Amino acid sequence: MDELKLYDTNKIRFNKKLVVQIILHTCYVLIGITMLYPLLWLLLASFKTQAEIFATTNILSLPKKWLISNYIEGWKGFGNETFGTYFLNTIIVASLSALGSVINSSLVGFGFARTRFVGKGILFSMMLATMMIPYPIIMIPQYLIYQKLRLVDTFVPLILPSWLGTPFFIFLVTQFMRGIPKELDESAVIDGCSKFGLYFRILLPLSQSALMTVAIFSFYWRWNDFIQPLIYLNKPKLYTLSIALRLFADPTSVTNWGAMFAMSVLSIIPVFFVFFFLQRHVTQGISTTGLKG
Amino acid sequence: MSRKTSLSKLVDEKLAGYIFIFPWLIGIFGLTMFPMLVSMYISFCKYDLLGSPKWIGLKNFYFLFVQDQKFFTSLRITFFYVLTAVPLRLIFSLIIAMILNRKGLNTGIYRTVYYLPSIIGTSVAVAIVWRELFGTNGLINKFTALFGYQTNITLAGMPETAIWVVILLYMWEFGSSMLIFLAGLQNIPEMYYEAAIVEGAGFWRKFFYITIPLLSPILLFNMINQMIHGFLVFTQVYIITQGGPVDATLVYALYMFRRAFEFQDMGAASAMAWIMLLIVGSLSILVFYTSKYWVHYESKEGK
Repeated sequence: MDELKLYDTNKIRFNKKLVVQIILHTCYVLIGITMLYPLLWLLLASFKTQAEIFATTNILSLPKKWLISNYIEGWKGFGNETFGTYFLNTIIVASLSALGSVINSSLVGFGFARTRFVGKGILFSMMLATMMIPYPIIMIPQYLIYQKLRLVDTFVPLILPSWLGTPFFIFLVTQFMRGIPKELDESAVIDGCSKFGLYFRILLPLSQSALMTVAIFSFYWRWNDFIQPLIYLNKPKLYTLSIALRLFADPTSVTNWGAMFAMSVLSIIPVFFVFFFLQRHVTQGISTTGLKG
Repeated sequence: MSRKTSLSKLVDEKLAGYIFIFPWLIGIFGLTMFPMLVSMYISFCKYDLLGSPKWIGLKNFYFLFVQDQKFFTSLRITFFYVLTAVPLRLIFSLIIAMILNRKGLNTGIYRTVYYLPSIIGTSVAVAIVWRELFGTNGLINKFTALFGYQTNITLAGMPETAIWVVILLYMWEFGSSMLIFLAGLQNIPEMYYEAAIVEGAGFWRKFFYITIPLLSPILLFNMINQMIHGFLVFTQVYIITQGGPVDATLVYALYMFRRAFEFQDMGAASAMAWIMLLIVGSLSILVFYTSKYWVHYESKEGK
């Protein structure tokens, strides 16, 4: 009798566990669908005709006929410039920024993590403080400076800041390098290694994963950046993707919705690929910097 | 020979640090400190980019605080946005992080899917989608049409609801704070919970006495970070509503941008920048200051 009872409660417990699992996974999937819905909508809309996009009966439907024409129309771009130009511009800006961020943050991070100099503490706190300064605060005077230097309508204002250091990235790399055991340096120093040798031979190779995170985020931020290209780039020849996409939505002209959606899809694809192939670095960067903040 | 070695040794020990941080030194003085000083000076000037700045004392501030109605409108909208969007996102991401943090479930794929919007959320493409989803032909009307009702609701087009469309987009990008919380949750030693269960603690007790205290440093970091970003919302509003309808979504950064680059009023715009810096700065200090009452650092226990 007792044995039977025990058996029963176990069975109930087992079933309860299964039910909880099913409920949980249903929740996860529902949230997942909500997360992906806007993107799916965009993807499907990019293959539809104008009339079909705005048919009021469907929340989500496959195109009646998969049209490529939106992509062909959209790629033509505006004036003399095709979307190829905008892509190229965005790639130039984003990759040069990423390169700058990696070089800068590894150098400065090494400086803060592994060298001693007068005023290091103060400078490091200054760096942390500037992390808190929102971009719009310095947006206007920076613009005035670049204007005086005649650098408006070049890529310099978009790329230079990365080469001169983003506090967030410097902080990330400094923390990472501080976590690398000092024993390694000490043995190198005994062998006659200078600080520069230490940087090139030991810290730089060991910091690869942190620098990868820096590269990815720097690339992302520049790829998606809107406000700075909006301020600095006024010639269509120089437009980045985010500015070009906005042109479709210009209130003064008739919008070609299909083309706009098609180009939106294309503009997201590179970000998507970086995300899927380098996901580990992305999530690591987020969680570690968050924790060490 | 010996002079050379001592010189290189000197460089290596005393100066190497400065050499490594040199690029950043140029950056912080050239691109941050100096512009901030310039901006402070210009906030007391009349300057339209064409002539040279003309000193007018406190007139820009007088204009913003007394004459200009939009300044307070934009301040009010931004505060509303920050005070709703940031807590909502934090609570939402904490809930999701907690339900994803269950043992024995493979949640990797969900994490990826939930995190994806954070990566692309700030792009213009997504803002465009958002405008369509909540515009006249948007989601809600399609949804009611499913049940046979023809409605003409446009969340983005109505002054009362427009800001919620932007808040919703902000919520949609909850993935990054979720990941931060998740990493924090995984660092909480399992034995604390086990001990609590032995003591007979229920879910809420465990939540308030273990999870929240141990997560509080991360909560603090997330809060300040999100708050600063919340005050700066620009791109999404610029694309989705352009500040409208009837200035219902005229957030601070957007109004500042307009004062500067559409009205060519660099003086008032610079004054706005400094006011924002003071607001964000004092709020951060306030949060930091109060944090000692609610943020729990484990190392303190040793005292």
